[in-house]
Amino acid sequence: MLLLQDVHKTFREPDGSALPILSIKEFRVAAAEQAVLMGRSGSGKTTLLHIIAGISRPDSGVVRIDGHDITSLSEAGRDRFRADKIGYVFQTFNLLPGFSALENVMLGMSFAGGRPDAARARRLLERVQLKHRLTHRPAMLSVGEQQRVAVARALANRPKLLLADEPTANVDSGHQQQIVDLIRQTCQEENVALLLVTHASEVAEQFNRVDRLEDFNCVEATV
Amino acid sequence: MSLWRIAWRSIQQRALASSLTGVSMALGVMLVVAVLVAHGVINQSFLNNSGLGYNIVVGAKGGRLDLVLNSVYYLSRPVENIPYAYYQQFTEGKFKPYVDKAIPLCLGDMYRDFRVIGTTPAMFNDLDYGGKKYEFADGRNFEPDEYYGAVVGSIVARDAGLKVGDKFQPSHGAGPEAHVHDPFTVRGVLKPTGTPNDRGLFINMEGFYLIPEHAKPLDDAPAARPHDDHAEEHAEKHHDHDHHEEPAADAKHADDHEGTDGGVRVSEPKHAEESAEHHDEHADSHDKDHEHDDAHQHDHDHHAHTPLPLAQREVTAILVLSAGTFPELTALELMKPINKDSVAQAVLPIREMSSLFSTFVDPLQLVLLSLTVMIVIVSGIGILVSIYNSMSDRRHEIAVIRALGAGRRTVMFIVLLESILLSLAGGLAGWIVGHGLIAALSPWIATQTGVSIGFWQFVSYELVIIPGLIALASLVGYLPAVAAYRTDVAKALTTTP
Ligand SMILES: Nc1ncnc2c1ncn2[C@@H]1O[C@H](COP(=O)(O)OP(=O)(O)O)[C@@H](O)[C@H]1O
Ligand SMILES: [Mg+2]
Repeated sequence: MLLLQDVHKTFREPDGSALPILSIKEFRVAAAEQAVLMGRSGSGKTTLLHIIAGISRPDSGVVRIDGHDITSLSEAGRDRFRADKIGYVFQTFNLLPGFSALENVMLGMSFAGGRPDAARARRLLERVQLKHRLTHRPAMLSVGEQQRVAVARALANRPKLLLADEPTANVDSGHQQQIVDLIRQTCQEENVALLLVTHASEVAEQFNRVDRLEDFNCVEATV
Repeated sequence: MSLWRIAWRSIQQRALASSLTGVSMALGVMLVVAVLVAHGVINQSFLNNSGLGYNIVVGAKGGRLDLVLNSVYYLSRPVENIPYAYYQQFTEGKFKPYVDKAIPLCLGDMYRDFRVIGTTPAMFNDLDYGGKKYEFADGRNFEPDEYYGAVVGSIVARDAGLKVGDKFQPSHGAGPEAHVHDPFTVRGVLKPTGTPNDRGLFINMEGFYLIPEHAKPLDDAPAARPHDDHAEEHAEKHHDHDHHEEPAADAKHADDHEGTDGGVRVSEPKHAEESAEHHDEHADSHDKDHEHDDAHQHDHDHHAHTPLPLAQREVTAILVLSAGTFPELTALELMKPINKDSVAQAVLPIREMSSLFSTFVDPLQLVLLSLTVMIVIVSGIGILVSIYNSMSDRRHEIAVIRALGAGRRTVMFIVLLESILLSLAGGLAGWIVGHGLIAALSPWIATQTGVSIGFWQFVSYELVIIPGLIALASLVGYLPAVAAYRTDVAKALTTTP
């Protein structure tokens, strides 16, 4: 499903010095697999997810998703690929404040080829127990509810791969488990592969497969 | 979700800034509409009178425009007169073959703020306006023998409160010392025509001539008064104002004019005889029809008035409709000899007004239009500033939309749509308010200009407004749209809003 090979990413600091972030020999996630990647803050988790999602490009290496090497695609091609195949749950939810919960979910389907499917958007919101919050704006929802809307939105377009970037980091502790469970269950129901990144061990421990970014990221060696 | 919807949501999010820029756009478009419609109204009230019913105006030599403004629009300073004999050239003289209709006008008198026009019943019986016959809202046209009969325009009737049977006294010039003389009786009120005639009082030319100061002093022929004692006696009576009945032409007295015109062939007797017959019939029918009609109760032995001798008569203008299958060509043929003469000039009113417009009114309109278009452009820049200012806040949202799979072009297009929506919504509001205002003001405009305009009356130039607004919106939306296009998604996503 997902294959990373020899992926390197180096940022250039404002002072001109090079800041290597990622140097990954190989990393895989199988179809419908649920993997967690642990890493401390600043270790490059978000950078890696951006690369997988095609939002940014690695300096070198191969990112193969569902048989397509997205590093060979143009930016527009990656945008389209992301719209079709990848769901993204952000650490800060990133719901659009001007849109209702339902509209936020519909937005997740607006940029792929097909017509937005309002019925599916409603079903997904029902699935995340927000049946009675369809027309609420994000500001009128609790953080836990907001993140549930974000999960529904990420799954809206039937992606093959869901990327979750510290989805519980901004949720109050009482609802963190609920979010993790929801993500895992819905991914299973929808038959979607999941790559969740987190710095929280209590979240990571629940997964069968836990990788530590530091273990296979060789940046330290290169510095 | 459609891109329109996404764009609209983002307009809603900045409700205050959006409505302010929208309102300024609305104001701009409203002013453009106002100028365009005003232009249309002015054009229509002056130029589109191609259905004047005549195509040539003949008057004293002098300002061509003055002649047109006076005799067609009843505006401007009074102009000089021409001899009555010259008018007769059109009705029976050398110009007759070229002429289909010729209506004499005697100008110079006022009633309140309205022009009083001495003419013949043919003004309304023979002439059309815009291809239509003149109709009366009340009463009828004055008869040739009703020397003191009058017809008033619709605006005069309303503003001066004149109705059929009312009497009024034209005043000569603007002076308050205007002489008191016999009043004219309103015989008919015209239906609104949308022409300057709505603002005129039309009196029988015969009565006009009998107003004391209207007789041209005869320097070379002092004896050219009616050589009829009877008439003289009554002329004096007239000056004494010892009677105010409706006067009537009398065949006996009309006969007496023969040879008093200083050489010009007189057609008056025949005419008067006809009139007299006519008058008798008329009086009978009126006795039956109008019990209040005291005007016709006059004593036939008491000859109220005698027509002014032809030599003492003058007309200010002659409205001429040229004859022939190609009246325009005939008009040119007719105008040549007239303009060669030293007596009068002939002008084409439409041509004079067109040249007035192209040299004076059109440039003025253009300046006004440019100013209002400038306001629209400034409003457009307001939209630019408003959207552009919001871009820093929206960088994050744009990044999220991009992360959901929208391409650079898509987010660029969304911002462009936003600008277009805002411009069009504002513009549409302004257009509706503009036309609403015009519709609300239309009774007043109709009073002032005689042109009535409704809400749905468009000026063809208005069709340019929509594409113009879209072009403007695309132009002003371009800068923020490019900012959206350039958004660095990874960076914007990692910086918390
Ligand atoms: N655009 C950038 N330019 C320079 N440095 C960056 C940029 N984006 C991220 N970084 C740096 O890369 C490192 C990894 O960032 P990130 O991937 O966000 O870490 P994590 O998500 O694991 O906390 C951080 O030290 C961050 O400062
Ligand atoms: Mg991060």
